[in-house]
Amino acid sequence: MNWAPVAWVAGVAAVGWALFTSEQIIKPETRTDGRVVVTYWEKWSDFEFEAMRKVVEKYNNSQDKIFVKVLSVPNIAGKTLLATSGGIPPDLAGLYGPNVAQYAFNNAVMPLDEFANEAGMDRDDYIHQYYDICTYRGKLWALPTTPASTALHYNRDMLQAAGWDPNNPPKTIEELTELDKRIFKKDGSRITKMGFLPTEPGWWPWAWGPIFGGKLWNGVDKITMDDPKIVEGYTWMGSFAKQYGSGTVSSFQEGFGSFNSPQNPFMDNKLATVLQGVWMANFIEKQNPKLNWGASAFPYPANRPEMANSSLLDLDILVIPTGAKHPKEAFEFLKYLQTQEAMEMLCLGQKKHSPLANVSEGFLQNHPNPNIRLFQELAESKNTLATPKTPIWAQWGDEIRTATQSINNGSKTPEQALNDVQTKMQPLLDKVLRHERALGIEPRSEDMAE
Amino acid sequence: MSTSKLNSQTRAGLLFAAPWLIGFSVFLLFPLLKSFYNSFTEYTILTPPVWIGLENYTDLFKDELFWQSLGNSFYYALIAIPVGTVVAIGLALLLNQKVKGQAFYRTFFFLPSLVPVVPLAILWLWLFNGESGIINAVIEPIFHVKPNWLGDVKLAKNVLIVMSTWGVGNAMVIYLAGLQQVPQELYEAANLDGASPLRKTWKITLPLLSPVIMFNVVMSIIGSLQVFAQPFIMFPGGAPERTTYFFSVYIYDTAFRDNRMGYASAMGWVLFLIILVLTYVAIKYMDKKVHYETN
Repeated sequence: MNWAPVAWVAGVAAVGWALFTSEQIIKPETRTDGRVVVTYWEKWSDFEFEAMRKVVEKYNNSQDKIFVKVLSVPNIAGKTLLATSGGIPPDLAGLYGPNVAQYAFNNAVMPLDEFANEAGMDRDDYIHQYYDICTYRGKLWALPTTPASTALHYNRDMLQAAGWDPNNPPKTIEELTELDKRIFKKDGSRITKMGFLPTEPGWWPWAWGPIFGGKLWNGVDKITMDDPKIVEGYTWMGSFAKQYGSGTVSSFQEGFGSFNSPQNPFMDNKLATVLQGVWMANFIEKQNPKLNWGASAFPYPANRPEMANSSLLDLDILVIPTGAKHPKEAFEFLKYLQTQEAMEMLCLGQKKHSPLANVSEGFLQNHPNPNIRLFQELAESKNTLATPKTPIWAQWGDEIRTATQSINNGSKTPEQALNDVQTKMQPLLDKVLRHERALGIEPRSEDMAE
Repeated sequence: MSTSKLNSQTRAGLLFAAPWLIGFSVFLLFPLLKSFYNSFTEYTILTPPVWIGLENYTDLFKDELFWQSLGNSFYYALIAIPVGTVVAIGLALLLNQKVKGQAFYRTFFFLPSLVPVVPLAILWLWLFNGESGIINAVIEPIFHVKPNWLGDVKLAKNVLIVMSTWGVGNAMVIYLAGLQQVPQELYEAANLDGASPLRKTWKITLPLLSPVIMFNVVMSIIGSLQVFAQPFIMFPGGAPERTTYFFSVYIYDTAFRDNRMGYASAMGWVLFLIILVLTYVAIKYMDKKVHYETN
């Protein structure tokens, strides 16, 4: 039998099928009712996603022109970038604040200034610090979804047991160190309790310098990891491992359960205080509702009272990727999301505070976090700390993380470790600036404090 | 007539091979050539690649992390391959003995290599946990030490080597198959000459197994220099202090965290060259020592 015709038919069918299905994938989705479909990829799953889904549903029901289709997508940053380079990005992507500079630098997201001007939205609608996270090189690239500020969480019972007034948690770094000494307990070679441990949860290794008033860079073109205040911050961070033995401390830490579990060291009464975000109350409620806890601003160095009320800021953002099929419609939804009603619904659902300048009393009263007012105030403090706005931050942050490991292991002094970060990162920053200058973009200060 | 028939046969043949040919060209050949081109460019995915000549390659040699991660990968390969080879051959020899429950033991030792890599990584994280891991629960009462396996700069890499040795099942099965090929007459002749079991292993089994050993060693060189998933899952960022930061993880970070596709491509090609040279050397060296039965 001559198989050639069969093969031809099979081949043509296969190619046709491939073309047909790829068309299905790439073609923007349409609906029979004529509404424009805005595709939206969100990083969250679980209750945070559910909160966003409800807001989307409310928006979809509120009008009949646009239909937002929200999808929970893991590894959102990488996938958005690849989809954008492939020419089939979603219309909206829910990224993280520190992504802004990198995505703007790579032309991966659209500037939103025109849309925002037209809609009459500006910086004053927001807590300025959060709005600033969304800008890079003077342009607006993203809009906030839920923010988070951080504070010292403390276990009242553990403070009391150590003879510390539970209504008067440590105000200065020195007091925090003192509290740790009082609570620290060992059983043989094993640590059983500590007052504070800088590497738990270890999510912000970059923060120890800035908490001491140091600056990671001049905001324009010079990385300043050798700032004496930064060295001071990391010396303090490393003092715990140095004093108790780095092996002993890391064994203690290895015994901790995962963050969202009853074995979380703070919920398990192993650690009396911890630096955590506004979300923590919700997890305490889930994992150990009996925990008798409070929250206050993270301590400052006693000789630098001007650093009081410092707080690290995290922000989830929404961007419109370059090449999105429906940018206008996507912004319509963004605009809705930025209304006080929608935003408070979202932030309440995700158990965070609001990024908006105006907050309703009802929001604060209904919020499940008993300390919500503290977090709202800390977000507006003059000592808020956020990551540097530069496309090289991901790498820079990893270098700092490795440096903290070297300091804690005692294999490098803080000066050496920070100097290594400095020598490694400065040439990369120079490269970014050269690239931008070649495009006619002059470096300007991206310092958050301005 | 005959040429046209040949042509039509060739056409049909090509057509049948077309799915593979197209797949190979689109998913392997093109990306391969493109990455070679990209390795001479600065390429951040969304802007077109800019030709920068050899800059990526010269930068690489000045890059401290390049050497460190390459060193880590070599350390891993240098220990994991010999240890894995010895263990796999040893197991194969033992499992080749005619004992009761042979099939059970063979399955038992092969099973670990079937466990998918993510649960495997998490399982070993529990086992090696310095505070509550089962390994320290055994070690501590006997030796009165509690090694911090995952956090100690001297130990962390070796955890990965232990893991890889635990998963030698695949190689073991190949050795076991190789052992079946050894002609029984040789052993019978050796028995008549009164050779000891050790001598038989050394003079008959291993030489006749040598082609299989060569195959496994070459595959291990390729595999261990590319090891990625285990360190990536178990030691984020190469903690502690990048002692578990392997070369392939560095390539991944450069490409997908920093979006430096050009630099990452250059790294990929350097790794390819290294593996190529090592494989060539290994084959050249071992070829002299390998006994093929047909000779």
